Amino acid sequence: MKFFLALFLMVWTVGVWAQPESDLQGGLQNGLRGSAALGTEAVPPLMPKMNNDDLRKKRAYAMQAPVIPHQIENYQVDKNFNKCMSCHGLDRVADSQAPMVSVTHFIDRDANFRNEISPRRYFCTQCHVPQMDVVVPVANLFKSTSGMGMPQKKSTK
Amino acid sequence: MSLKKKFTEHSSNYWKTLSTPSKFFSLGFLTIGGFVAGIIFWGGFHTALELTNTEAFCTSCHEMRDNVFVELQPTIHYTNRSGVRATCPDCHVPHNWSDKIARKTQASKEIWGKLFGTISTREKFLDKRLELAQHEWARLKANNSLECRNCHNFASMDFTRQSKRAMQMHSTSLANGEKTCIDCHKGIAHRLPDVPAGAT
Repeated sequence: MKFFLALFLMVWTVGVWAQPESDLQGGLQNGLRGSAALGTEAVPPLMPKMNNDDLRKKRAYAMQAPVIPHQIENYQVDKNFNKCMSCHGLDRVADSQAPMVSVTHFIDRDANFRNEISPRRYFCTQCHVPQMDVVVPVANLFKSTSGMGMPQKKSTK
Repeated sequence: MSLKKKFTEHSSNYWKTLSTPSKFFSLGFLTIGGFVAGIIFWGGFHTALELTNTEAFCTSCHEMRDNVFVELQPTIHYTNRSGVRATCPDCHVPHNWSDKIARKTQASKEIWGKLFGTISTREKFLDKRLELAQHEWARLKANNSLECRNCHNFASMDFTRQSKRAMQMHSTSLANGEKTCIDCHKGIAHRLPDVPAGAT
């Protein structure tokens, strides 16, 4: 009996140890790495195209930072220069006809209204993002607030 | 003999040598020899000039290699799908001969800069960067963005293949000559310095 128990334990242990081994060979399923085995480099997916149709997108809720409807590849936004502001800046919109950066962005942290963009709102892509032309891997169940507080429509059969 | 007289005598001797017909060499030797020598000198001059007009030459100095060349690399003019690449002289040296010589002569000041280490460190470069950039902007503004237009011909632009914004700008301000490429496309190949308000 003891012999069988020992044998069973041996087989079971080997089985348990072997399990991750086979996973490693076949590759782990990981959202970021894909199915590449640990010792190998995953093949990166193709780079998606950035949406560039210049059409303003609907906002999902009133305070949403509007998304960027054009490509912004290699736009320089650093301590020296803000490329976005060369069209969306206060004194540039007349030439560019781009929507001006919201006036809320001119308020600094001490609640002073400045004549230019406040340092705390300087890095545009912290809130405003371009959209990539991809099929989303997971469906988004987000519900817009539009219509919130309105009487719910009765579903008719 | 006074120094002045000596000088006059000497120079008149030289002039006499130059102006008298050749005593030893045949006319054929002189014309054909002159022609061949001309080819060698001109060819040599042009080869040397073209050697200084390459990316390898520009990036042989650390000032260019470690600052502006690094910045060029991720941009569309260096890395792109079609494999067309604009190297340093494509944008910074005119292609026409007379303009090229003028620019090259002007660029001899850069040798002075190299010798005296005007931008020999990153810090010095950053301090001087705005001024250097403004020189290039002024040059491109003055020649109506000639170096851009060597490849990007306005007449060949298909606006329908451009984005709406690009089409809007190119068909108005660029078309009527009110703006030139560099007015909007500053910093397209290198990082921009902190440009003070109102500076061009």
